Amino acid sequence: FLGAGGGNDIQWCFSQVKGAVDDDVAEADIISTVEFNHSGELLATGDKGGRVVIFQQEQENKTQSHSRGEYNVYSTFQSHEPEFDYLKSLEIEEKINKIRWLPQKNAAQFLLSTNDKTIKLWKISERDKRPEGYNLKEEDGRYRDPTTVTTLRVPVFRPMDLMVEASPRRIFANAHTYHINSISINSDYETYLSADDLRINLWHLEITDRSFNIVDIKPANMEELTEVITAAEFHPNSCNTFVYSSSKGTIRLCDMRASALCDRHSKLFEEPEDPSNRSFFSEIISSISDVKFSHSGRYMMTRDYLSVKIWDLNMENRPVETYQVHEYLRSKLCSLYENDCIFDKFECCWNGSDRQVEIFSIIVMTGSYNNFFRMFDRNTKRDITLEASRENNKPRTVLKPRKVCASGKRKKDEISVDSLDFNKKILHTAWHPKENIIAVATTNNLYIFQDKMN
Amino acid sequence: MLRGRRRMECTLDAQSLISISLRKIHSSRTQRGGIKLHKNLLVSYVLRNARQLYLSERYAELYRRQQHYPDGGPLLAMPACPPPAAAPPELAALPLPADTQDREARSCAAARGGAELLEVPVCAAPPELQRAPCRDSSPGFYRAAGSAGPGGGGGGSSSSAPPGLLYAAGCDFGSGGAPHCSSRTTVLDLDTHVVTTVENGYLHQDCCSQCPCCCQPAPGLASPPPTPGTKRKYYPGQEEEEEGVEEGEPGGGGVAGGPPFAPCTKRARFEEYSAEHPQDSSNISNLISIFGSGFTGLVSRQQADSEQPLNGQLCSKQALASLGAWTRAIVAF
Repeated sequence: FLGAGGGNDIQWCFSQVKGAVDDDVAEADIISTVEFNHSGELLATGDKGGRVVIFQQEQENKTQSHSRGEYNVYSTFQSHEPEFDYLKSLEIEEKINKIRWLPQKNAAQFLLSTNDKTIKLWKISERDKRPEGYNLKEEDGRYRDPTTVTTLRVPVFRPMDLMVEASPRRIFANAHTYHINSISINSDYETYLSADDLRINLWHLEITDRSFNIVDIKPANMEELTEVITAAEFHPNSCNTFVYSSSKGTIRLCDMRASALCDRHSKLFEEPEDPSNRSFFSEIISSISDVKFSHSGRYMMTRDYLSVKIWDLNMENRPVETYQVHEYLRSKLCSLYENDCIFDKFECCWNGSDRQVEIFSIIVMTGSYNNFFRMFDRNTKRDITLEASRENNKPRTVLKPRKVCASGKRKKDEISVDSLDFNKKILHTAWHPKENIIAVATTNNLYIFQDKMN
Repeated sequence: MLRGRRRMECTLDAQSLISISLRKIHSSRTQRGGIKLHKNLLVSYVLRNARQLYLSERYAELYRRQQHYPDGGPLLAMPACPPPAAAPPELAALPLPADTQDREARSCAAARGGAELLEVPVCAAPPELQRAPCRDSSPGFYRAAGSAGPGGGGGGSSSSAPPGLLYAAGCDFGSGGAPHCSSRTTVLDLDTHVVTTVENGYLHQDCCSQCPCCCQPAPGLASPPPTPGTKRKYYPGQEEEEEGVEEGEPGGGGVAGGPPFAPCTKRARFEEYSAEHPQDSSNISNLISIFGSGFTGLVSRQQADSEQPLNGQLCSKQALASLGAWTRAIVAF
């Protein structure tokens, strides 16, 4: 497993944990999305209560070279509020489904956050100076009596305590009938897509009153519905290319140059089902919960309930690699169906782009139950299971690999399948774009791990 | 929800899976954020799979009972069956172990579309039964016991299969012209020449509850599947309960104009079911009103209320043929 020492093996250490300590989880605090910005300096989380919390990494202290900067709260704001659709008598949840950062163009930061129906562009800006010494106004804003003004005074900016302000700059609403599951910013940095169960829309970041529908899989007769869109993403380099995954386990690659409505895919990625694995729940576990392009754009990764698959964009008929995340759950699908865990949507992520290029190490990460998360090294084909837990986690302590005992005699330090806590699930993970720093979200806590620096 | 570290028990009983699935669909209507289309679609697949297995088990059981009770009953006329409709791909049934032959029979049955879905699992049951549904549908009567008649000879291609069972569609066409679906499947054992009628009741009731041609008084109270251990006899004349349920006499043809289902009989079964599953009974009538409209009923509560005019439409052969299999699965009860 990773961490066995030598070479480029990473030794993961606990760094920080954010969030409430007590076991009683307030529903609003459940983390629903985690995303680093393009530099990795900022880390955003969204929760079920509609809030966004942004953490900022401290500047590296030259004297403390043994660890990278810590992440501290930078900004907190209420992104979405619960709404009520009176026409359909439906409540619209405020839960933040996805956050995506825009690349930084000026001093301010911009991100897109979305709930089930509405996408918002937020500007996060700093204010650390304020003007003082107005000629005609008092400090509190009241106008001075003109007769008391005898000299000309030019206001000057003086430092103040840092204030981080978040303001909604655009609201993209009323374009989705079904629940939005994905947003993805195009490599042109001008447009982005939003995907719901049946449709994908293309937006311009500046224009809120219209969007283009580019995929529509709604059948004429809803009773003929057989699949829904589960995730969508733009290609990292080709601004005309995007992919979307379906509940049937397929991925379609579309080229927007081909036609205005991309209902006909350019490529269809699908692996034939293994008939020996057929069960009542085959359709559920083949549903793809996340799709992510590699940084090069040559590969993409998909996550279904039990596995992670790496696809080469040039090969449609099967993935190039398949990694079993928790195959021991295959015999438990019935119980997982009963308790709804089988519907959990796990995400996956690639390691940072710089690492991929420089050191040619390509690792993928995804979550599991019992607060375990897994990493798969594509080069060495080794994998590791780690746990996000407050116990036994002192800063700079190397995480101990975990192992689940599927059957038979349980070895020391192994955990049997029946002991796994299915209420403790890691659905959202993120990898710093440049460093070996990862953010792992348990139900209501955010863990940050770093590799051990020597 | 699974609490912490409770030991995981796994029940693969098709019937409880169906019941769990329906409960999930029902409770999703009251969850915050509206109906989750994705989750309900996945649940409907489980429903379909469980239902197919359940029906195939029932038919296997039926066949076993036929072996034990060779005395036959009066012959029932075989009404005309619709020509094979385009097979919805979803009808590819859950394959039962080891039998690739079953697939062909299944797709054959699937090709008949519409209300003949009952035949799908039937094909998957004992291999001897495979060939039966693949014969072309043709009107006619299959006479029992004896020599002459198209049925006596074994109904064409099936004759070479002893002990064969001949399954025929139960899609009646009312004399009024508007076809509607029947819930019955009539089985002729080509070996013993015993004719059996299997009453399912639910599909018919669901789609015909408002259909004027069906004279069906009972509002979609489904005939529940027999709980394991319940003795249910399927052949005419043997069970008081069944007799009232049979529609029409032999040769009676379509249901239109025939005697309606005896509602008290259905209720008797319903009560028997509800005694075992008390919490489900209150949900079932709600569910029927949803499912009577197919999937659209799930998406919009308002649509379910305005469903009545659609039910007649649902009864049409074309509508049935175009229903996705998962919709049929939802209509299971």
